[in-house]
Amino acid sequence: MGRYVIRRLLQMIPVFIGATLLIFLMVNVMGDPVAGLCGDRECDPATAAQLRREFGLDQPVWRQYLTYMGNVFTGDFGTAFNGQPVTELMGTAFPVTVRLTVVAIVAEIVIGITLGVITGLRRGRPVDTAVLVLTLVVISVPTFVTGLLLQLLLGVKWEWIRPSVSSYAPLDELIVPGLVLASVSLAYVTRLTRTSIAENRRADYVRTAIAKGLPRRRVVTRHLLRNSLIPVVTFIGTDVGALMGGAIVTERIFNIHGVGYQLYQGILRQNTQTVVGFVTVLVLVFLVANLLVDLLYAVLDPRIRYA
Amino acid sequence: MRGATHAGWAAGAAAVVLAATACGGGGDGGGGDAGAVLSSSWGDPQNPLEPANTNEVQGGKVLDMIFRGLKRYDPETGEAKDMLAEKIETSDSQNFTVTVKDGWTFSNGEKVTARSFVDAWNYGASLKNNQRNAYFFSYIDGYDKAHPEDGGKQSADTLSGLKVTGPRTFTVKLNQKFSTFPDTLGYPAYAPLPRAFFDDHGNWLKKPVGNGPYRVDSYARGSQMSLRKWEQYPGEDKARNGGVDLKVYTDNNTAYTDLMAGNLDLVDDVPAAQLKNVKNDLGDRYINTPAGIIQTLAFPYYDRNWNKSGSEKVRKGLSMAIDREQITETIFHRTRTPATDWTSPVLGEDGGFQDGLCGEACEYKPDEAKKLIRDGGGLPGGQVKITYNSDTGSHKQWVDAVCNSINNALGNDKACVGNPVGTFADFRNQITDKKMSGPFRAGWQMDYPLIQNFLQPLYYTNASSNDGKWSEKKFDDLIDKANAETDTGRAIKTFQQAEQVVRDNMAAIPLWYQNGSAGYSDRLSGVKLNPFSVPVYDEIKVS
Repeated sequence: MGRYVIRRLLQMIPVFIGATLLIFLMVNVMGDPVAGLCGDRECDPATAAQLRREFGLDQPVWRQYLTYMGNVFTGDFGTAFNGQPVTELMGTAFPVTVRLTVVAIVAEIVIGITLGVITGLRRGRPVDTAVLVLTLVVISVPTFVTGLLLQLLLGVKWEWIRPSVSSYAPLDELIVPGLVLASVSLAYVTRLTRTSIAENRRADYVRTAIAKGLPRRRVVTRHLLRNSLIPVVTFIGTDVGALMGGAIVTERIFNIHGVGYQLYQGILRQNTQTVVGFVTVLVLVFLVANLLVDLLYAVLDPRIRYA
Repeated sequence: MRGATHAGWAAGAAAVVLAATACGGGGDGGGGDAGAVLSSSWGDPQNPLEPANTNEVQGGKVLDMIFRGLKRYDPETGEAKDMLAEKIETSDSQNFTVTVKDGWTFSNGEKVTARSFVDAWNYGASLKNNQRNAYFFSYIDGYDKAHPEDGGKQSADTLSGLKVTGPRTFTVKLNQKFSTFPDTLGYPAYAPLPRAFFDDHGNWLKKPVGNGPYRVDSYARGSQMSLRKWEQYPGEDKARNGGVDLKVYTDNNTAYTDLMAGNLDLVDDVPAAQLKNVKNDLGDRYINTPAGIIQTLAFPYYDRNWNKSGSEKVRKGLSMAIDREQITETIFHRTRTPATDWTSPVLGEDGGFQDGLCGEACEYKPDEAKKLIRDGGGLPGGQVKITYNSDTGSHKQWVDAVCNSINNALGNDKACVGNPVGTFADFRNQITDKKMSGPFRAGWQMDYPLIQNFLQPLYYTNASSNDGKWSEKKFDDLIDKANAETDTGRAIKTFQQAEQVVRDNMAAIPLWYQNGSAGYSDRLSGVKLNPFSVPVYDEIKVS
């Protein structure tokens, strides 16, 4: 187990380097960001040159990358064009997005798995059909439509919530945005759980458990669900990273100043330091989440062992 | 940690509100609650919030609240009026003596002296400080030493043209005659700065200190700035409300939704998509007033195709093929006005605005357009591509509409196409690298309400915003002559002659004047926009 974890951690290094390099190059391809800093006029050449020097943009790309990586290992993610250190931006943005992601993941787990179990156990019944149709609707409607619609209905028409999240983004204001963010994944989790449960319900070990006379509740939670959760856990695990990075749309609609907002701003202003810094952290989150998922397999299914 | 700051901020804000309401209320007479705080939409400033480093509206909004310079532009008329300046004297339009009024302080108690100005200007001009607006000081003698154009090492940290001659007086020596120089001093880049700015720069940026009617109470970068009325403000334009909370919105649609839900008091940028509903939603709480912004199409004069004899006819023809009336009506819902000259109505007739200067060249006349383009040798390559950046504004919509109009007028559906560029920075890069092959979007937001500002930076040979590299000796000579003129009236007349040169060559096609728009909640009254399309916060009353 320990050796497995170490091996996996070592594997992250090339993935990490490759990913950062790719992003670095991609942002660089967009061209010289300094030109966009002076509004609808040419930056005066001396100031532009000075800015380029300051942000290291006058160096060849490979050297920029090496300097950048060197700094990252000392914890310095560079400075955004507005003079704020990127670590400071991360310090304000990540807690917000983490809260949003937690709301989304909890919703996925609680609502998604519950619905999945219910429908899986009652295949073909009206409940099952209703939930299936519902999930189909959720999957086919784009997130921004759901978001804007809920914002308009709940925020403006019925005034149940504030249409935008205040700048400190407390948990209770994030519930609706979190649900919107989770909606599509939630539908997938429901469907995955349902299929998995329906399949395993006819498995031998379930029949054995029932034959032993175990209470139905125990059969479902301990035996059936535990085995059926493997694909679901994989999905949710990879979704953590996707939700954090993919919150751009939701964050924009509800004016949440999280990672998506910083990334959007960074891309618009072609701010290499911000974009690469944030994406690097997202890559790390993704890798760690994947590792945790793999370790969870062993917990869920005793047959899986890591040497 | 964050929880703690949150609670602290909320408590602090509440305390301020309570304190302010306690002593507010009466006095004002306008029925407003002088202690109440309003909230307003904001965008994250692109550059650090230093006066000489702020060149966009969002940062400018804050500077307008926390700073007062030697002059201030009247929010109504745009006229430059003395603010901190007791007098600015000159006999030759090149050497100025400035006397600063007595009794002004910064909100931290420090006195505003001649040195506050000279230090600030030196800081703004010095190359090593990376100030985006450094070129504003380029008229001052010694600029070439403090800010060498070739990017070489600067040989001076200060401008030799600035001399402090007394606690409240200093002299300015310009490197050329510039009669309207005093009128440019209302621009935020010329604001005075307290010692704290230089001595403790990091902390100053976290919480800027100025001498305006508001002081910064708290600033959470990227999300919110709380400004509160500065009670000891010595000027006459004291804030008529308790303060302003500026909230950062990523998307102006969300801000608009928040206004609808009563979550926000003032939106100063009504999203294009909402323009058709805004009258229904807000009624007379929607304002739409002219701002000092003109949109034009510029041409690449470095491209031989656009700089040969006859091409002025082609440009004029294109201009006459654009149905400005219809586009401003249908796409912009009257938030733009068809342009008939190259300046802006906010200048006023006295300031040099000339309604109809462009004449029939700016009217929609498809038949003549066709003829002119044919006479001028046809469109270069048989097609024009209008280049624009597609990331901000709703440029795609109007460029497509302009092309449609041109295609209809010329009876050729391939005569004009839009050429979008993904980001603003890339668009600017292509312009700087002279890669344009046809007309491109050029917008100009004035720095100060002077006709000079609409002409010199845009059309003077090699000027900073002369993106098309248009060059005409006759125009340059007239500008030089106008700048040397000591009498303002005569100077404006000469600038207008220069503008006629622009017209005769159709150096750029004027499209429309842009308005500023804003919507506000029923709690507010007395909301208006200044000629820079920034709300005049200090005059807003909250009930």
